[in-house]
Amino acid sequence: MSDLVNVTIDGVAIAVSKGTTIIEAAKQAGILVPHYCYHPSLPSPAVCRMCLVDVEKAPKLMPACVTTVAEGNVIHVHNEKSKKARESVLEFLLINHPLDCPICDQAGECELQDYVFQEGRAETRYADYAKRYHPVEDFGPDVLYVANRCILCTRCVRFMENVADEPVLNVSERGDRAYIGIDPDHELTHPWSGNVVDLCPVGSLISKDFLHKARAWDLDKTASICPGCTQGCNTMIDTRDEVVVRLRPRPNLDVNRHFICDTGRADYRWINRGDRIEAPLARHSALGARHSALGWDAALGRLAELVGAARRVVILASGRASTESLGLVRRLVDGRTVTAAIQVPMGGEAPLAGIPNLALRAERVPNLDGARLAGYSTDWPAALAAAKTADLTIVLDADLTDAEAATLGPATVVIGTVDDDRVHGAALILPTTNMAEENGTYVNRDARVQRYFQAKAAPGMSRPAWWIAAEAGQILGGGVAPATAAAAFASLGSSIPALAGLTYAELGHTGRVVSPATAGAAR
Amino acid sequence: MGFPHPSHPKETVVLSKYFGDAEARTFAGWVKRGGYEGLKKALSMTPEAIVEEMKASGLRGRGGAGFPTGLKWSFMPKGDNKPHYLVCNADESEPGTFKDREIMRWTPHQLIEGCAIGAYAIGAERCYIYIRGEFTEPWKVMTKAVEEAYANGALGPNAFGSGKRIDMVLHRGAGAYICGEETAMMNSIEGKRGNPRIKPPFPAVAGLFGMPTTINNVETLAATCHILTRGAAWYKGLCLSNPKSTGTKLFSVCGHVMKPGNFEITMGFPMKDMIYDLAGGMRPGRRLKAVIPGGSSVPIMNAAEAEAALCDYEGIVAQGSMLGSAGFIVMDDSADIVYEVYRLAKFYAHESCAQCTQCREGTAWTTKILERILKGQGKHSDLDLLLDLSEQMTGRTICVLSDSCAAPIVSGIQKFPEEFEAYLSRSKAPALAAV
Amino acid sequence: MSGAAHAAHPDAPYQPVFVGEARAKLEALFPLYPTKQACLLPALWMVQEARGWIPPEGIAEIGTVLGLTPAYIRGVATFYTMYHLHPVGRYFIQVCGTSPCHLCGSDNVLRAILTATGCNELGATSPDGRFTVAEVECLGACGFATPVMVNDDFHDSVTPEQVPGILARYL
Repeated sequence: MSDLVNVTIDGVAIAVSKGTTIIEAAKQAGILVPHYCYHPSLPSPAVCRMCLVDVEKAPKLMPACVTTVAEGNVIHVHNEKSKKARESVLEFLLINHPLDCPICDQAGECELQDYVFQEGRAETRYADYAKRYHPVEDFGPDVLYVANRCILCTRCVRFMENVADEPVLNVSERGDRAYIGIDPDHELTHPWSGNVVDLCPVGSLISKDFLHKARAWDLDKTASICPGCTQGCNTMIDTRDEVVVRLRPRPNLDVNRHFICDTGRADYRWINRGDRIEAPLARHSALGARHSALGWDAALGRLAELVGAARRVVILASGRASTESLGLVRRLVDGRTVTAAIQVPMGGEAPLAGIPNLALRAERVPNLDGARLAGYSTDWPAALAAAKTADLTIVLDADLTDAEAATLGPATVVIGTVDDDRVHGAALILPTTNMAEENGTYVNRDARVQRYFQAKAAPGMSRPAWWIAAEAGQILGGGVAPATAAAAFASLGSSIPALAGLTYAELGHTGRVVSPATAGAAR
Repeated sequence: MGFPHPSHPKETVVLSKYFGDAEARTFAGWVKRGGYEGLKKALSMTPEAIVEEMKASGLRGRGGAGFPTGLKWSFMPKGDNKPHYLVCNADESEPGTFKDREIMRWTPHQLIEGCAIGAYAIGAERCYIYIRGEFTEPWKVMTKAVEEAYANGALGPNAFGSGKRIDMVLHRGAGAYICGEETAMMNSIEGKRGNPRIKPPFPAVAGLFGMPTTINNVETLAATCHILTRGAAWYKGLCLSNPKSTGTKLFSVCGHVMKPGNFEITMGFPMKDMIYDLAGGMRPGRRLKAVIPGGSSVPIMNAAEAEAALCDYEGIVAQGSMLGSAGFIVMDDSADIVYEVYRLAKFYAHESCAQCTQCREGTAWTTKILERILKGQGKHSDLDLLLDLSEQMTGRTICVLSDSCAAPIVSGIQKFPEEFEAYLSRSKAPALAAV
Repeated sequence: MSGAAHAAHPDAPYQPVFVGEARAKLEALFPLYPTKQACLLPALWMVQEARGWIPPEGIAEIGTVLGLTPAYIRGVATFYTMYHLHPVGRYFIQVCGTSPCHLCGSDNVLRAILTATGCNELGATSPDGRFTVAEVECLGACGFATPVMVNDDFHDSVTPEQVPGILARYL
């Protein structure tokens, strides 16, 4: 066990691997060492001096972010000496701080506010001097710099320099005149630059998009997966009163570390669309080809009828559909001649230089690999051609062009989210949930199966597509339909060997890689 | 241009022997005065033997920290097949210190010779001499001397026919005190902000351009020539007090003395003689009040401490301060301690690199408090606040700039409380106009 | 380096610095360092010597020659107080004001210079565009108080009485 080092941190004895920093060792012992400049995805400059801790026998307090543990270290994060040092750092950080928390977007999720509340002085000793003042600066399409709130932790500078490899930010001047500078001719336009807002531990770098939209404590946070591309970045969906107001990265060291791209970050308005299909609609020739609303029992019965009568079936699916939905819709039409494909919009690649295997990918769908596992191809034109002669075409929330929509005849079932009058010729229109309104999984390009969670209420009568398919399948004699997404996922194993035996519990919050061979084939 | 004084009989002139002798600036003149013998001898020795010689001489760093030079050189890895670098610290910026400037102005070849010895001893083929941007005259003198040294084969691919390559590059600073800190200096040479680096890694492991590096002060390197020509035993024998402090040392004396200048004495020389004899003593009718002996970054000594101290590393510590870079800022009874402490705090606030919180904010805040006291608007609680802030500025940061700011503040308050009290009680007129 | 007045008028259109001889001079430095970045401080000096200050175009030009971004260069340039990122007078005067010089009366020297140059206030340029005066920290000549730098000329042991005579040399 020579590669382990035994240390005691605030009385907790723990063995950590050699070379671990004190701050990370403490994390493993369940102890947070307060810090600002340290970030696990950035090089550590040890400049904020907030993480100074008392290491017995060391001549002075040691910066926990860059000091590696040594055998037998006894470390005190919360003794008087360490606390007094932190109290002092907080006091120094606050003397020029505007204390404008009531109008600051960061309030409620601000590390300066949090630590001052925990360990700071109750009153200032700097009352008689003017505070430093700098105007707010526009740093780019979505970033404002409020210099007065800046604590010069330099995370943003290091991100642009060491991770994005586009050093457009700097520390300018020195001493207490220092501030974060930007190249006047080059804004924060790098496709990953929005991360500086998340990295900023205070309210100094803020998002224009989120400006004054919500108070942090009014937000509900839900773990999710970015539906923007095959990378499968882990995200947090922030909603306020059932409206998504912000997407932020959620750490997953194997997928996106602590980052998401600006494209993914900005792409959430579609989730809030109000023009939704709210109830199942069936077309009645007797009523002059008008649709009328039905209850689910009737709608599912109608769906079972249509499927039961069809021999040749085409599925045109969105690449944003969950693995559960893709799998169970496909299973619903088993035993027929089936052509199933997903739509894969393409875009430019935008890698993040400093993180291996992290990029905004050209394939702008989150579940390409899940669809492949479920038996879907990406040959969209072939599937559209097949639809012309099929007995039944099921459109699973695909975003059709006018020309594509025009080819669909009455033998069409639309399972969709947004009301689309171009498919009003369809026999049946069934309302389904979007990815923020359901639980589900996506399989990313590295065959990592990752869960996302329901972030907001489903509108009207909408139901997840897997539920719709399974219920119709039960009517057709396909066994008892799963009642939950977890059960739906567990049932996928019977038709998708790569997922056999996997459960939601095992996937956890960071996912699980299945059958890497499949992932290789996907590229 | 300031001209050096003729040497005083009580001085022991080794490094400063040719100060003021214009001919010594030339290669030929330096050789005529026995120059480059040390380098030639070095090139005939093994690097290990030179390091041993330095260890035996007791030579300690003259830049401020006083670390044994031979030991520092011995930390350089051997047989690692990486380029090694020697950096000569000629960024002399410590208030009160102006000795390296004179070494470069008058005896540039003394420094080049020392640098070449050091480079060879640590296995470096290249030496960077970092000269502060304001030193325009030393820069010109050094530039010419380096050209001459190349032209005469002392430097280059085959230094003095030894088959050893020794290159020397002058690098100009641009106005930043903190670049005198060794890791900040490495960043500055690399074309970066002069931010001090976290240690470890230490420069001998990963220094300039990530390679094993040794940084030595101008005076330290200059001394190595004489140690090699005259022997470690001779150098070690130059000692009047503590055997851990050997050799001669240049002391810069400035402020309220009749004859400010550089004085070279044997280690352990009485400070009293330095001030009253060599530097000509106080102005008529004035009495000694205080000395800041290490450049400005050390505690202030009162008159009694200064008069009792011996000029070496231990002697000054014994009297409550530190030798530092050996620049004595002498103040007579006309000096306003509060104002001078304020002026130094302002210096450190100006020079803080902005990395560490305590230094960036603390140096500026303490300056404001001192300014307020001088405006006659201070509160009695300000002294406790200054002491408390100083404590938090000491031993908390990457480098010691904020410690250096705190040292004169704390010692000033402790040793001259009545001067602060006079402003606080409004019994003394404000030194600064209130706004 | 010299005490000579800066060659270019600060308002003159920017002419590239790193062409011909100057380019060769900069490129001669490349082999002296393992990285081009290490030539940043020398390159900034060269622009300042040619232009009297370091305008944004100079920063951009250095960026192209050394492969660095303007933001990076700005961060470095603003760290060092001797680089002028704003135009200054033809002669930039630095007067030491740190403790040792203050003890020896640097305040009086500074006042004499502010008056004689017509600058009257620190950082301001005299109406004739000749001078800009700055009080600076330790110039490393404390035994020769008060040291005064005029561009690259170093004058030491300056007294208020000597000021007019010294300034008369800079037209």
